[in-house]
Amino acid sequence: MSATQALTPPPSSIRSAKQRDSIRSWPLADRVAYLLCWIVGIGLCLMAAAIVLFMLVKGVSYLRPSLLIEHPSASQNQAASGGFLDPIEGTLILTAIGIAIAAPLGVGLAVWMSEYQRPAWLARLVESGIEMIAGAPSVLLAMFGLALFARPALAFLSQTSAGGSVFGRSFLTAGAMMSLLALPLVVASTREALLQVPAHVREASYALGKTKATTIRKVLLPSVRPSIANGVTLGVGRIVGDTAIVVILLGATIRLEGAGGAPLLSTLRGTGGTLTSYVLFNSPAGEGNAHEKAYAAAFVLLLMVLLLNVIVMRLNSSRAGTGQSLGASSRWRVMTGALPWIR
Amino acid sequence: MPPPVRRIVLERDPTVVDPTPNGSSVRTATAERPNHSPLADVGWQAAADVQERMRIEGVWLAYGEKWVVRDVSLPVRKGEVLGLIGASGSGKTTLLRSLNRLTEITAGAARAGRVTLDGQEIGEIEVNSLRRRVSMVFQQPNPFPMSIFENVAYALREEHGERGARRRKRRSRDELMPAVMDALRRAGLYEEVAGNLDHPALRLSGGQQQRLCIARALAADPEVLLLDEPCSALDPISTATIEQLIVGLRADVAIVIVTHNLQQAMRVADHVAFMHLGELVEYGPSSQIFDHPLQARTREYVSGAFG
Repeated sequence: MSATQALTPPPSSIRSAKQRDSIRSWPLADRVAYLLCWIVGIGLCLMAAAIVLFMLVKGVSYLRPSLLIEHPSASQNQAASGGFLDPIEGTLILTAIGIAIAAPLGVGLAVWMSEYQRPAWLARLVESGIEMIAGAPSVLLAMFGLALFARPALAFLSQTSAGGSVFGRSFLTAGAMMSLLALPLVVASTREALLQVPAHVREASYALGKTKATTIRKVLLPSVRPSIANGVTLGVGRIVGDTAIVVILLGATIRLEGAGGAPLLSTLRGTGGTLTSYVLFNSPAGEGNAHEKAYAAAFVLLLMVLLLNVIVMRLNSSRAGTGQSLGASSRWRVMTGALPWIR
Repeated sequence: MPPPVRRIVLERDPTVVDPTPNGSSVRTATAERPNHSPLADVGWQAAADVQERMRIEGVWLAYGEKWVVRDVSLPVRKGEVLGLIGASGSGKTTLLRSLNRLTEITAGAARAGRVTLDGQEIGEIEVNSLRRRVSMVFQQPNPFPMSIFENVAYALREEHGERGARRRKRRSRDELMPAVMDALRRAGLYEEVAGNLDHPALRLSGGQQQRLCIARALAADPEVLLLDEPCSALDPISTATIEQLIVGLRADVAIVIVTHNLQQAMRVADHVAFMHLGELVEYGPSSQIFDHPLQARTREYVSGAFG
C-alpha cells in the first residue's frame, strides 16, 4: 500500500460540508430562529432602501438647483417663496457649533471617566448625569435652555430687546443645547473603546517611562480615533435631525436674522432655522403646507447625513494607509480587526 | 482500515544552550556563592563581565491585605539572564513588575524591603526615569498604533515634564533615525523592516511585533530588561528567534525573564530562581536548579520538565 493511500481516510467517514450544514438536520427551534433572523435582516434592509428610494424619487422630482441658492421668503405663492439656502446654512452652523463643543468635551470626559475616575463619587455622578442627558427628550433640553439663556448674565449669547429682556434664542444658545444631544454619544463610544484597550498596552507605555498624559495623548487616543469619529458622526446625526431645539431655541425663523454688529458674531447671536424646521413648516403639518419643498429639503438633509458618513468612512480608511495608522484598508477592519489587542 | 495515527515523537533530551554534560560535578556550595558559575568548569563562556545592576533584598509585596511575595532576595546582573520560574500565583510576575515600580499603578499595592539599582533604592528614583532604565516587555505583543519607526522613536522622545525638554524642540526624524535603527538591529528586526519603517507596526507578524516591542524597550538603552513571558503568545519559530536574541543581549543588559516554560528557562537562563506561593524556594545556576535541585519542592516542580 502506498503512502498516499495510507493518508487517505476511509470514504465512509468523509462528510461533506454541504451535508453537515444542511438546515434539515437542525432542531426546529434553531430553524425558526434562523428564519426569523433572515426575515428581520431583510426587512431592515428593505425599510432602509424604501426610505432612501422614497426620498430620492420625491426629492429628485421636486428639487431644482435654484432651491439650493435662493433665500426663502414667506409667501402664499409657492413660486415666490424662494429656496432653502438659509436653512442649509443654519443646519451647517448649528452642527458646527454643537460638535465643536461636544467633541472635545465628550472625549475629555470619556478619558477622565475611563483613565482617572477620581474622585470616585464624582465619576459616578458624572456618569449618571450623562445617562440622564442621553435619556432626556430634546424638547425638554430646549425648554431648559430657554430658561437658562434668558438670564441677563448670559445676554451676550443672544439679543436683548429694547425693554431689556433677554431673548435667549440664537445659534450660540441652540448650539450649546445641541451639544448636549451629541455629548452622550461621543462619550459612550470613546469610553467604550478606551475600556477595550487592554491594561498591558497602557503599561507598555508607562514601562517606557512615559507619563499618563503622554500615554493618553500618544497611545490611547490614536487607538480609539475610529470610535471617536463614529461617536461624532452619530452626534452629528442627532444634531442635524433635531427639530425641537431649533423651534424653541433658535427661533426657527425662515431666514438667518442677524443680531447686528460684527458680521459673523451677528449671525451667531441671531436667530435662524434649519432644514428640519423648514421641512416641518412646509409639511402638511406646518403653516406653509408646501410639501414639494418639504420633500426637496428633506432629501437634501438626507444627502448631507449620507455624505457625512461617507466622509468619515473615507477619513478612517485613508489614514489607515499612512504611517499613523491602524493598518487596515476598510472601515470594518479599522473598527475591529486592526488592533490585535482589541477584542 | 482505520486512518493512520501520526505519532508525535517527543525530544527526549532537552536542548540546553549552555552545555552541561550530565553527571558533571555541581558543587552544592555554589548556591551560597552564586557569583561562581559551575558552568565555567565545563567551558561555558560567561558574557565578558558579570556585573550586578539590581539587588532585591528581603522584598515583600502585597496587593491589599494579601502578601503575594514574601521575603525574596535576588541579584540581577548584567552579563547573565535571570529566569524566574514557578507555578501560577507564585508571585514571580508581581516581583518582576515591582522592579520598575509598575506594581504601583495597581491600587492597594505595597512593598517592603529594598530594591536597589546601581546601589540606589528604586523608590527614590523618579519613576519615569527609573522605567527608562529598567524597561519591560509583556506577554502579549503590544505595539502602539503607529508606524514601526514611531514605535521605537516614542521610547526615545523626552517627556514634556522632564527638565529642559519643554524648551528643546521635538527631535526630528533624522536625529532619531540612528538610534531607532540601532535598537531595531539589536532586536534583530532591522533586516526585515528596513524598507518599511513607515508601515504600521500592527501589520507585522506576532513574532515581529514582539521583537519590535523588544526594540522599543531597548531604545532608551536601559540597564535592565524585564521580560514577562515574552514568548507565550508566539509560535515555536518566533520563540526560538527571540530566545537567541535574549541570549545575545545579556552581554549588554541585565535580563530578568519570567517564564512558565521550563524548557525555555533552561535554554536562556544562566541563573534560575524558583518561587512557590510567594516565597523564593531555590536560587542557583540553571544547571543546579534543573539537574541537581537542593530542595524537594524544586525537584518536584522541575521534574515536570523532563516528563
